[in-house]
Amino acid sequence: MAETILSARNLDFYYGETHALKDICLDIPEHNITALIGPSGCGKSTFLRTINRMNDLIEGVRVTGSLTYRGAEIYAPDRDVTELRKNIGMVFQKPNPFPMSIYDNVAYGPRTHGIRAKAKLDDIVERSLRDAAIWDEVKDRLKKNALGLSGGQQQRLCIARALAVKPDVLLMDESTSALDPISTSRIEDLAMELKKDYTIVIVTHNMQQAVRISDRTAFFLLGELIEFGDTEKMFSQPEDRRTEDYITGRFG
Amino acid sequence: MRRKLYEIVGRTLLYGCAAVTAGLLLFLAGYILFRGIGGISWRFLSTAESVIHGTVGILPAIKNTVFVILVSLAAALPLGVGAAVYLTEYARNRRFVAAVEFASETLAGIPSIIYALVGVILFCTALKLQKTLLAGSLTLAIMILPTIIRSTQESLKTVPVSYREGALGLGSGKWHMIRTVVLPSSIDGIVTGCILAVGRVVGESAVLMYTAGMSMAMQSFSIDRLAGASGATLTVALYHYAKENADFAVAFSIAAILLILTVIINFSASFLGRKLKELTYG
Ligand SMILES: Nc1ncnc2c1ncn2[C@@H]1O[C@H](COP(=O)(O)OP(=O)(O)O)[C@@H](O)[C@H]1O
Ligand SMILES: [Mg+2]
Repeated sequence: MAETILSARNLDFYYGETHALKDICLDIPEHNITALIGPSGCGKSTFLRTINRMNDLIEGVRVTGSLTYRGAEIYAPDRDVTELRKNIGMVFQKPNPFPMSIYDNVAYGPRTHGIRAKAKLDDIVERSLRDAAIWDEVKDRLKKNALGLSGGQQQRLCIARALAVKPDVLLMDESTSALDPISTSRIEDLAMELKKDYTIVIVTHNMQQAVRISDRTAFFLLGELIEFGDTEKMFSQPEDRRTEDYITGRFG
Repeated sequence: MRRKLYEIVGRTLLYGCAAVTAGLLLFLAGYILFRGIGGISWRFLSTAESVIHGTVGILPAIKNTVFVILVSLAAALPLGVGAAVYLTEYARNRRFVAAVEFASETLAGIPSIIYALVGVILFCTALKLQKTLLAGSLTLAIMILPTIIRSTQESLKTVPVSYREGALGLGSGKWHMIRTVVLPSSIDGIVTGCILAVGRVVGESAVLMYTAGMSMAMQSFSIDRLAGASGATLTVALYHYAKENADFAVAFSIAAILLILTVIINFSASFLGRKLKELTYG
């Protein structure tokens, strides 16, 4: 069993009065793909966004309980959030490249963290684009605006942009839901390739996707974690009745 | 049938509105140019008025106008953009923000003569600048501040959340995110604000008559000497010729120059905006 990298203990999350996560206990192992599944509104995105503290942007939210990254509390008062987000990268549902050149998109993170040398940046940009399996498609137009790429390319660019800051964990929130099947399968292949070096947590609506790429699956329902375990086992012999109902398509 | 008639009438009315508006504007611009262009000569543009020779020249007014535009923008732009960024991106107190927004909307609409009073009391008297181009420019800076704040705010609000999340998600700090992603995406709106502001500055006469004076004399070309001098801008000069001398030929020539100047300034503002965007986006 790989080492635990993210660990939630009795984690509760509130949007004002809305109790969006209830008493979550969950250990995410390193160099694995962990899938979060469940019907819409069950708190998958909320959980994902507590991990890199993206929820801090929303007013009136409250977190209680413990959530640790490599043993250190993510919500510790003295936590450096920018450092945390550098380590825990995120790819969003809709591709969101900045309206600048492909090169500058990928170089954005490294520049933010103080890398200025042209040669070094060139190197990071190329390596990140290669790792995100998009280098061949864009190598001749690095100076072109990223908004000119197709949706699937934009999403891979966003993955490259996230990889460029050398994160440790990569969070993906339904990152293929806006894409066509070919782009989706490219990104799935990519995720399986990347788990050698990164820990990946994905939110997905698509159960086939969870089965295809994840090692472990967490099933959420109405803010509760119902079941968490080995993906193959969960989809063949779910322990909880509600999990079974969900994966056999009886609701949601 | 009725439905179709309804559509046709609607479209015709709208077309009419557009045609009348465009026609009026074209007529106005054409008429001003037609009456004014004839009086514009090299001497008119490159000399000052000379009582001895009985000639009219508006070089001082052109210089004064450019000075007033640049100085008022230089003062109001950083202040206004800074305030707008604070209000939209940082301020947590909703009430405070709403109050400031309401105040700046109101201030953007009040008659300029009120700003003239403020300018006279604050800059000319209290700060002892007297009736100078500097006092006039600073008064105008206060006058255009609300316009710049409002247009910058509107444009900041249109920057998609996804850009902000993208930047923050990479470990960017808030100010870094604003400087590198949000502000560059808002440049268009800021430029629009500047163009509106320049329009108000160029068109202003009341404020400047009280705070910058009406001298038509030639001043030095150096910025510091200009700042301390009193002088008329083109609009004030226009007023002077039309009202005091009833010299409409000169007034129309000045009007034509104002028109051309405004067009040039607006084009350069958009051009600069585009360049700036390219620069920050690399
Ligand atoms: N910004 C927000 N403010 C208030 N409530 C929210 C916000 N975002 C999500 N919620 C609520 O939290 C719950 C979980 O939402 P979410 O995590 O987005 O679900 P999922 O990603 O599983 O579809 C839902 O009931 C949703 O309405
Ligand atoms: Mg979601």
